[in-house]
Amino acid sequence: MSIAMPKPDATTLAKRDYIVAALRRIVPGEGVIADPDGLRPWESDGLTAYRQTPMVVVLPETVEQVSEILRWCERENVKIVPRGSGTSLSGGALPLEDAVLLGMGKFKQILEIDYEDRVAVVQPGVTNLAITQAVEARGFYYAPDPSSQIACSIGGNVAENSGGVHCLKYGLTTNNVLGVELVLMTGEVVRLGGKHLDPGGLDLLGVIVGSEGLLAVVTEVTVRILPKPETARALLVGFPDAESAGACVAQVIAEGVIPAGMEMMDRPAIHAAEAFVKVGYPLDVGALLIVEVDGPAAECDHLIDEIARIANVNGATTSRVSQSEAERMAFWAGRKAAFPAVGRISPDYYCMDGTIPRRRLPEVLRRMEQLSQKYGLDVANVFHAGDGNLHPLILYDANVPGELDRAEEFGNDILRLCVEVGGVLTGEHGVGIEKRDLMPEMFAEADLMQQQRVKCAFDPGLLLNPGKVFPTLHRCAELGRMHVHHGALPHPDLPRF
Amino acid sequence: MLQPRDTHDLVEIISAAAAEGRRLELAGGGTRSDFGAPRGSQIVCMQQIAGVVDYDPAELVLTVRAGTPLADIESLVAAEGQMLAFEPWGTFGTTIGGVVAAGIAGSRRVTAGSARDHLLGCTAISGRGQSFVAGAKVVKNVTGYDLPKLMAGSWGRLGAMTEITLKVLPKPRQTVTMAARGLALDAAYAAMACALGSNADVSAAAALPTGDVMLRVAGFAPSVQARCAALPGLLTGHCRLEPMAEAEAEPLWRNAMTGAQVRGSVRWDVHIAPRHASRLLDALAPLIVDWAVDWGGGRIWIGTDALCDGVRTAAAQLDGEARLAKAPAEMRRRIAALHPRAPGVARLEQRVRRAFDPADVFVTGRFGEDADADQFFA
Repeated sequence: MSIAMPKPDATTLAKRDYIVAALRRIVPGEGVIADPDGLRPWESDGLTAYRQTPMVVVLPETVEQVSEILRWCERENVKIVPRGSGTSLSGGALPLEDAVLLGMGKFKQILEIDYEDRVAVVQPGVTNLAITQAVEARGFYYAPDPSSQIACSIGGNVAENSGGVHCLKYGLTTNNVLGVELVLMTGEVVRLGGKHLDPGGLDLLGVIVGSEGLLAVVTEVTVRILPKPETARALLVGFPDAESAGACVAQVIAEGVIPAGMEMMDRPAIHAAEAFVKVGYPLDVGALLIVEVDGPAAECDHLIDEIARIANVNGATTSRVSQSEAERMAFWAGRKAAFPAVGRISPDYYCMDGTIPRRRLPEVLRRMEQLSQKYGLDVANVFHAGDGNLHPLILYDANVPGELDRAEEFGNDILRLCVEVGGVLTGEHGVGIEKRDLMPEMFAEADLMQQQRVKCAFDPGLLLNPGKVFPTLHRCAELGRMHVHHGALPHPDLPRF
Repeated sequence: MLQPRDTHDLVEIISAAAAEGRRLELAGGGTRSDFGAPRGSQIVCMQQIAGVVDYDPAELVLTVRAGTPLADIESLVAAEGQMLAFEPWGTFGTTIGGVVAAGIAGSRRVTAGSARDHLLGCTAISGRGQSFVAGAKVVKNVTGYDLPKLMAGSWGRLGAMTEITLKVLPKPRQTVTMAARGLALDAAYAAMACALGSNADVSAAAALPTGDVMLRVAGFAPSVQARCAALPGLLTGHCRLEPMAEAEAEPLWRNAMTGAQVRGSVRWDVHIAPRHASRLLDALAPLIVDWAVDWGGGRIWIGTDALCDGVRTAAAQLDGEARLAKAPAEMRRRIAALHPRAPGVARLEQRVRRAFDPADVFVTGRFGEDADADQFFA
């Protein structure tokens, strides 16, 4: 529990009743939760090691209410933590003691589906999977598929720029969102993008996606929907070690194949998954690859042959091609159950999310093994091998004093290692609170200051989701030292066009 | 013209301009300098900041300096069987920094995304004269704000990108154009929508006033053959499809992608929901000299001789946008190149722009909105 949250503001805490009353005026009825029992379910998100009871929860139902809440809070200098379904693995929606938790769960409508132009307009509380379910009868789907897709909301996906196992081929959320309606901290409602591609002007939509709830509150999302591929087939390949599996992945891509998904598991992950779901994973291998191709049947057949050939060249010891949809699902069942499977062999686990250049994989795994010995904690690895996104699962027991701290330190060292080899702190889970203090490992002060200046352009009072993403939030006035107010430029005599 | 040789020169040039209240216009090859209002800016030519920094085909990642010619990069990646999937285009001298800063995308945009979707990271010098790194050099990253998105398509108004990291993808082994003839635009739209919405994995779709509708099928040979065989059946209700020879198809695609052959002294680049394409052209019929449609109807190049913004007004009524791609200087002085933003968005853009360039170093008068936006602060 090494991550400290900003010190609560005593003035805000002192006027809690006043804040609750104001919110009740804006959102009448059941939409404001202020009693201790009612608040408890909201005290954490998917990063459950961290808990904080929010000051108050508000659940608006209309854009006007969201706008009024933000406007009122800005005027009163009250902080806001936006929340979708609360599945963030990085603590992005962790409440603050002195902040209003703004839950967007009541925005549950699918507003429009346009199959000809292949777009859907939805409210932010609609779950990721619900979009696919709404369009699949007509042969379409929404491509990003984070593993929490049954629960996570599209608004949360926008905030986190969520990925999934298919993003090497189909992109992250940012590549699949065309427009948003959002509410700024001033209460102003703004629309960015729409149903057309590449609007001119600055790509503000691009910076909203992945901004982790620090810039604005999204109230509507326009997404692209895609025609469902005709077929999908998977190949399950075992290798003696991660080196040869990694070489296979590199060669598949170098030969021009972009699989729909390409997942790797190491020995501990394979054993945990097989013990849990019993899908017939080979247990005598050092690394397992699941490679999925999708598209027309002729393409899948061709690619499966190609990949099998490349796997053999790289020393595969076992190889199975899915012969049916049931078998393909079985291949995935183990991978998809990897987290709970690890949960069975260890009281707790901590999931990391760094990305590395794939060519550095053998070295990273070797050093991770050394770290595992140093910290005395086991680690199981599953990763999106195609795009180099690692998910090391650190096994620990929270009931053993000091183990959580050790797991966190181990995790931090893994992420430092990812950055050291040319990678990044997070491939799809977001920075949140979890990786906040590691940001200087990846970014220089000047880089972080430039990001914060963008924050100041949206939320100069720093009221939206404070304590997340940035290790230090500079006051906007300080960041804008060079800022010159209109009419008071250094050379007022120069012509302004 | 200023010609920085390296990042250090560039920092000096921009810092000095910021301190002295001077304005600078960043230019790659200068091949799109006719876009925007006529202006007499001091040009900073980025062409000397060039060269490949790192390219590992198996990682799908390419890092180059911004002034590198696009053509050099295309041959570099083509030699490895790869491509820039957003299909950037230009003329002789166009640089990679230029196409990224202008957000240029080709016909494949409709399925593969734009420059924004392939820019993984960059190093840039802000209007403060400060170097900063945005994004990273791996294909999957959500660490911090996605500032590369802001840099792509910003037309050099936020900072000077010096180093650019792009995602590259395998080049399709085979590409076939399937075409239908003699379709009116509403029928062409329906055919393109059906094809793009089918699982035949059509990567681009364009339509021309001749009635030609073109669908691009690309990939591994067995897959391309199977899809080309399936497509006519999928589109039975819409049109009769046949393969089009590459020699005929190539210039037609080029025109749909660039609008370069669209006749008229004025050319607009309209981005719109595809279903409104034919309505827009109907509404504008008296003004239109020529047109070309790409992105399945989502992009329409409109050629006209009318020196007014009637095309923009009509596009806006259908929730679309119109960019003034080509026009006489007099018209470009009167009418902004970029589609005006709603007031709230313009204010936000202005604040974001000043987060990078507080002294307005990169405000040259090229984009009318820069001058206009200040009125909202009054």
